[in-house]
Amino acid sequence: MLAYITRRLVQTALILLGISFVTFVLLYLVPADPARQIAGRSATAATVENIREQLGLNLPFYEQYLRYLGGLLNGDLGRSYLQKTEVSTLIAARLPASLLLMAGAIFCELALGLTMGVVAALKRGSRTDDTLMIASFVGVSAPQFVIGILLLYVFAVKLGWFPIGGYGTFAHLVLPSITLGFLGAGWYSRMMRSSLIDVLRQDYIRTARATGATRAKVLFGHALPNAILPIIAMIGIDIGLFMSGIVVVESVFGWPGIGQLAWQAIQRVDIPIIMGVTLVSACAIVIGNLLADLITPLIDPRIKLR
Amino acid sequence: MSKARAMQQKTTSGLLEVNGLTVQVATPAGARTVVDDLSFTLEGGKTLCIAGESGSGKSMTALSLMQLLPKPMARVSAGTAKLDGRDILALPEAEMRQVRGRHIGMIFQEPMTSLNPVLTIGKQLGGAISAHGGMRGGLSDAAIRARALELLDQVQIPEPARRLKQFPHELSGGMRQRVVIAMALAQSPQILIADEPTTALDVTVQAQILALIRKLQADLGISVIMITHDMGVVAEMADDVLVMQHGRMVEHSPASVIFSKPRHPYTQELLAAVPRLGEMTGTSAPKRMSDDATASVQTPAPAEPLVAVKDLTVRFDIKGGILQRPVQRVHAVEGVSFDIMPGETLSLVGESGCGKSTTGKALLNLIPWQGDIRVAGRETRGLGASAMRPVLRDVQMIFQDPYASLDPRMRVGDLVAEPLHIHGLASGSELDDRVAYLFRRVGLSADQMRRYPHEFSGGQRQRICIARALSLSPKLIVADESVAALDVSIQAQVLDLLQDIQNETGMSYLFISHDMAVVEQISHRVAVMYMGRFVEMGSRAQIFENPQHDYTKKLMAAVPVADPSRPRRAFMERAEDLPSPVHELDYTPPLQAARDIGGGHMVWEAAGR
Repeated sequence: MLAYITRRLVQTALILLGISFVTFVLLYLVPADPARQIAGRSATAATVENIREQLGLNLPFYEQYLRYLGGLLNGDLGRSYLQKTEVSTLIAARLPASLLLMAGAIFCELALGLTMGVVAALKRGSRTDDTLMIASFVGVSAPQFVIGILLLYVFAVKLGWFPIGGYGTFAHLVLPSITLGFLGAGWYSRMMRSSLIDVLRQDYIRTARATGATRAKVLFGHALPNAILPIIAMIGIDIGLFMSGIVVVESVFGWPGIGQLAWQAIQRVDIPIIMGVTLVSACAIVIGNLLADLITPLIDPRIKLR
Repeated sequence: MSKARAMQQKTTSGLLEVNGLTVQVATPAGARTVVDDLSFTLEGGKTLCIAGESGSGKSMTALSLMQLLPKPMARVSAGTAKLDGRDILALPEAEMRQVRGRHIGMIFQEPMTSLNPVLTIGKQLGGAISAHGGMRGGLSDAAIRARALELLDQVQIPEPARRLKQFPHELSGGMRQRVVIAMALAQSPQILIADEPTTALDVTVQAQILALIRKLQADLGISVIMITHDMGVVAEMADDVLVMQHGRMVEHSPASVIFSKPRHPYTQELLAAVPRLGEMTGTSAPKRMSDDATASVQTPAPAEPLVAVKDLTVRFDIKGGILQRPVQRVHAVEGVSFDIMPGETLSLVGESGCGKSTTGKALLNLIPWQGDIRVAGRETRGLGASAMRPVLRDVQMIFQDPYASLDPRMRVGDLVAEPLHIHGLASGSELDDRVAYLFRRVGLSADQMRRYPHEFSGGQRQRICIARALSLSPKLIVADESVAALDVSIQAQVLDLLQDIQNETGMSYLFISHDMAVVEQISHRVAVMYMGRFVEMGSRAQIFENPQHDYTKKLMAAVPVADPSRPRRAFMERAEDLPSPVHELDYTPPLQAARDIGGGHMVWEAAGR
């Protein structure tokens, strides 16, 4: 177990190294000039050159990358070009808001998706099943900004049940969480439906029914623990999807998380922030997967971590 | 509380009267009747065997009595089944639930899949014990546990307390089937329905389970409906026998009558197709060996064996730790040596996990192995895929499951032609002619070539697999449990086909099987495997008429015999776990010396035994 976690963490470090390299290359190739951004439109060529020198942007690529890596090893994500603050400070200030949003979204997508999936599986072939699957298809295919704006219009503007945007109370959390979780709910309802239909066909369900077990016992005691297994693996992967969704949803709802931070940084080519957010997201994805892999054997005794 | 139930049970009879049962299955072409107007009476305390081949409707009958038919595809369209004066086919689900487990318990064919993989044995058994009567059936945890232990003891599982905490995958197939039986008996039903309960098990385990069911029946006074395709099992178990064909009952008689004076032609056919252990006594050649072929084999054997295997060892590493280094090793095959002569059939027989299939795969370099293998004079050790290709022209394989071994998206003609393509042996009209010839050779017509595998029955598919193996005109075919999945009548036809091909072409076979009776029919020589080693090897007559090793004797004693007049075996010992083939890395297997007891009859025994 410990060996397994150690091995996974070593893998994680290698993955992060790869991601940092790829991101760095991409940002290096972007035709925007950070020095010019910092200096402003009216700055002279000499000023721009000066800033470039200061930030080390005139160095060859590999040297820039090695300097960045060196900082990383010391836990230094660098300083924002424009905000003149440590990137780690900026991210640390905004991460809790994003994690809260993510937790809300995971809750929404599981509560919504799993319920829809279970009901659809039990009522397979009925009109209820058809309706739920159409709804899930809408969830999978509708862009998040559209859903976000629709929800805002109906529940915040027209009905006034929730605040239009911002951060602070539980009411602020509801609409962004639903928006972010809607896509996943669509996926999960489909996965849950097919997984449960598959499990209900298994011999051990027939065995349980042959002992005279009630429908509820068969469903909750025997079928669901098996049907949930592929879902758990999926949640791990899902955290990656959230990271991209967060950028959109946080902008729509004015949610002060790292998604918003990243969005602003991208617009201004603030490379240290972009790098920092990317690495933090990558960490979240890898940790999410690791957690999923650690939870699975708790439910499925056949899986042994080696 | 079990006593109270037992008392209550005595006041009711175990009588089940089935009248005009008809089951229909929805197909795209409309409703198809799979059980047609079936009537029978199950007497209290008796065993009724429902026998028939696949598709005869016997399993559907069992499922409909439990109202467990796969809905909405299948439904009972007519008939009644009276249990204590109630028609259980007409009961609504909530009342039927009270019948399940409490009045009728059921056990199933596949012990590997009939237990929930994520729940402990204790939890599942506890669920069965407390299925009725609200939360936990109104029982305390301690009472449930006590009953679970009692049940595990009843089905002869050693160390019951430890088993409660184990998960299904930690138990062997036989052990799991005992757990399923315990679950079926948890609420002391009067009737036990057993749907092919031993088909997926090894013979020695089968014998144990059958004896267990007989003992439980005697101890608890329950009636049993036993569904099986195996006439040997029928003879071991039945008081009455009901033979079904295509959903209809063709014969219903006491067991003694069925076997001595079968009236219906189908029953006679079914009995005739059953291979019987010992029926070949006194002959040396396989059953259908033609006279001239016998002569050719008995003429001084050619000097060169077609296949020579020396010290074949197959071990698989189990990896672990941070660097995924091997931590343990599975000793699948351990130092096996044998020769196969041209035109000879060597059978490897043994129970699941003994290494017989692994040995067969090693001959085709499908797995890594150590030792020496020579095929038609060529060393195959260390050959890569392209260097192995010419060898594979001489050695082909037929697998167990004809449903899984044909690609469902390819036409069967293309499947048979594929090896010829790969080896570049034929093309164009020559290829078509060759494939058409192969189809006719295995008893199919050439105009079936353009169809897809799902359009064929299991027996026909196995013929297609044989045609594919024959396409390269190999010298040896490795047949891995190739008739195990087939009905007896089909099995007999496929065995005859293999034999005819051998008579005609002088083909050699390495015939891998768990079925002693089939092995007796087809083999020239037999090797018995146990735990990755040979324990005994010799001619067919030597092994079957004069078995020397304890394990060989045990295997043969366990085979059910299709003769109800033979005294039924007394109760067998408790279930035991097989020793594990997994060992530490530094494990050196003990040497076993072969003893030649005359005429090439070899017996291996551990030193000091």
